[in-house]
Order: sequence, then C-alpha cells, then structure tokens
Amino acid sequence: MSLSISLTINGQARTVVLDDPRVTLLDLLRERLDLPGTKKGCDRGQCGACTVLVDGRRINSCLALAASLDGAEVTTIEGLAEGEILHPVQAAFVAHDGFQCGYCTPGQIMSAIGLIQEGHANGDPERIRELMSGNICRCGAYQGITEAILEAQKTLAEGNRRDAA
Amino acid sequence: MNRFDYIRPASVPEAIAAAAVPGSAYLAAGTNLLDLMKVGTLRPERVIDITRLPDLDRIEWLPDGGVRIGAMVRNSDLAYDERFARMFPAVAEALLSGASAQLRNAATVGGNLMQRTRCAYFHDLASACNRRLAGSGCDARDGENRLHAVLGWSEHCIATHPSDFCVPLVALDAVVEVEGPHGGREIPVDLLHVLPGATPERATALAPGELIIALRLPAEATGFSGNARYLKLRERTSYAFAVVSAAAALEFEGGQIRKARIALGGVAAKPWRAREAEAALTGVPASREAFAKAAELALADALPSGDNAFKIELARRIVVRALSLAVEGTPKIMPALPASPFSTTAGVTHVA
Repeated sequence: MSLSISLTINGQARTVVLDDPRVTLLDLLRERLDLPGTKKGCDRGQCGACTVLVDGRRINSCLALAASLDGAEVTTIEGLAEGEILHPVQAAFVAHDGFQCGYCTPGQIMSAIGLIQEGHANGDPERIRELMSGNICRCGAYQGITEAILEAQKTLAEGNRRDAA
Repeated sequence: MNRFDYIRPASVPEAIAAAAVPGSAYLAAGTNLLDLMKVGTLRPERVIDITRLPDLDRIEWLPDGGVRIGAMVRNSDLAYDERFARMFPAVAEALLSGASAQLRNAATVGGNLMQRTRCAYFHDLASACNRRLAGSGCDARDGENRLHAVLGWSEHCIATHPSDFCVPLVALDAVVEVEGPHGGREIPVDLLHVLPGATPERATALAPGELIIALRLPAEATGFSGNARYLKLRERTSYAFAVVSAAAALEFEGGQIRKARIALGGVAAKPWRAREAEAALTGVPASREAFAKAAELALADALPSGDNAFKIELARRIVVRALSLAVEGTPKIMPALPASPFSTTAGVTHVA
C-alpha cells in the first residue's frame, strides 16, 4: 500500500510517497528527506532530541506518524539560520555555552523556540526549566541552556517591539 | 513495529465502521500507541487515524455552566484555555504536571483517558503479563514492584493507571461520551477504567470499536474552583509519572466544609475516588485532625502488592497535604512547578 502525503518543510513544499505507513516524522526527515539535523535519541518520546515544530508547535517527531501529518508545516533545525546569520536562539546557545557534545542541541533549540512562542515562561528561570523538562542533556549543560533561553526571549521580544514601531 | 493498514476516515460513523474489523486500533496523536507498537506490546493490523474527524477539537461551554471537551483537544490547549483553567483549576494543574511540553502539545484528551499502564512488564515482551497476554502470568508480582498498586489490585495484575488528568476528572464527576457500533452512550470516568480482577487484559469499560468523542465536566464541579488542587509526588522534579498523587477540592459554607472531593493517582489500575473520606469531611470544619482521618479512610483498604508498603503512608500524607493546600485556596496563577510539593514559592515547607 503506498500513500502520498504533502508537507511544507522549512518553507519548501514536499510531496512524499510512503511505501510503508510505519514511518515516523523523525525517520522521514532523517532517512528520506536528507535532513539529519533532527536527532534520534531514545525514539520513545523520553529525551526530546527529535523535537521539531509542526504547525508552529513543538512535538516529539519520533512519536508522530508521518502519514497522519499530511498537509502540515514542519520546521527543523535546518530551517532556522538565514545563510550565515543564526537564529537568535541559536546565537544565544553559542553565547551561553548551552551545549557540550551537541547531540541534544537541535532538539533543545527547537523546544526553546516552541517555549518562547507559547509565552508561558515570562522570563522566570524556574518556569523555563519546568517547560524544558522534555529535553534531556546528558552533558548537563542545563545552566547554559536556561541562560540562553532567557537571553533569546529578551532578544526576540525587543525585535518584535522594533518591528511594531 | 508490525505492518498495518493505515485508514483515515472522514467522519465518526466511518471511523466506527472501519474499527468494527477485529485487530483495529484508533490513532490520535499516537504518543502512547506508537510507543507501544514500537516495542511490540500492541500490534494492530489496522490503524484508524481519528485526528481529522470533524468537530472533535472544540471546547464548548454548555448553557448550564458545564463544559464539553472534544476528544481531539490537545492537552496543552485545554490546560492553557483561560476559562477552563479558572473553572477547573485542579484539572489544568494535573494536565500541566503530566509528561513534557512537547507531549502535551500532541497528546489528546481522548488519548490521555485511553493510555495504557507504564508497568515495565507490560512493555517487556520477554516478561509474563496478564494484561498484555491473558493467562500468561504476572512477573511484576515477584519483580521490581515498588511503584505498583496498593489498592484494588489482584493476584493477576498489580499495574497502576498512569494518568494525572484522570485523577481530578474522577473527583469532579466527569463523564465521557462514547459512540460505537451499537450507538452512543455515556460513561462516568470513574467507571471507564476497570480494576484487574481475573481479567486484567480488559483495561476499560469500552466495548470493541467504541470511540470516546467527548468529555464533559458538570457545572456543579465549578463550585470547587476556589479551593481545588492536584498534588503529585515524583521521583524527579518534572517529567515523571506519579509515585502517588491526589486531587482535593473543597466547598465551604459558614466555616464548615459543605462538600469535599478526593481522588488518588498512582495507587490502582484506575484513578481512585475516596468517597468515604469525602463523607467524613462533609459538615465539619477544616482541620489537620479531620484531614488525617479522611486520609486514613481513603487508604483503609490499601495493601502492599510488593515492595511498596511505603506508598500507603505516602498516599495518606499526600491526601492531607492536598487538602491543606485546597484550604489555602487555588493559587491565582499556575505555580511554576504545577502540582509539585517542592514548590519554590516562599513560605511553603517541603514536609507535610
């Protein structure tokens, strides 16, 4: 049984023919669409390394059936930078040492973008830690991650104010 | 994962017709189903994708003040719905204490109600599990069982129901609307999940092919909105299932408790409503002694199923603590650590 689905991935319309409905969004991105920036950690929704935005919301791509997401808009880590210019969250992770080995980092950054857009942390480090608890960092870079998100949140809010002015 | 046919029906009747074929499973977000399919605990031959069914993603306020929540409403959308969180704060708090932000963005109301136990033996195909394969035995009985049930368990199964959301739902008399091959019906959430007895392979009261389409909370439950809490003890601060948890909701009249609602999580194969404890609190002033007595009554029938006798005393303390927090009143804003006893709010102690 083959199944054709349409996705917009990092702004680009893609039509994918699935020869097998078992493929998850994570495996579709990594194995079939040449987007290996999204990482496979536990593959069971426990580590957050596979976090991407689907229709603007952060989810675990390992627990999403690609066939079920027909028509969705997906943003991965590859879709953030504009040429050499990093996304403010990426830049903040670099500035604050928000990683060591880097394996969880794409998931951390996508999750951080989702968190900032959701707007429930209000610059409170405790709320940031709580709302980032779905992203595990084996190197223990949590302090830098929290600081990076605090700064990126400020940078993005200032950018929005400038845009509005 | 086994091979399966993927079916995407366009309406509820089409979905029910598709699921009438044995070996079918309904797929919502898939955060639990896909996980169980990856390890082989569940092997459906047909997966019926219900995420596109019309009108199931709405929160509707009913003329009498109650609320009807479509089965496909996502956990985060419900928890952050301003009116919902104000009317049913313990439910919102329970939702935000469960899973992670990513999972809450995907997971649905119906899927949360239908999630399976996290008992490791249910997930491990090399272990005997009556819930996964009827009659195969229960390796949890003599296994790693410190987090297993202390109420309502049987020799055949000692698993617990993992949901946080369902605990305040049971306390507040929520009802699910179900459609199936033989028409529609309603089931109180308290009767949706069933105790294992001799048939633990049957986790819910749903008949094959039946589908939850909505959840309702009655207007009466909004009367507790000023004094309602959910409290959840975990082995780490966040993103963990409950060791034990409790929902407590109180209504006062002239300095006395007019109505009390108490339910426990993590202690049984279903969210555990403590009706005798509620009755003992009705018509008395709130006091430490009254709460201690209520906690005794709530756990009166508890028995360890393994290395988990500590959960009984822990559950008593969580009941007292949840009731004490309910008396203090629902917090004006959602705590930074929802449902956590380790609140960072100044002045809150870490010991009950």
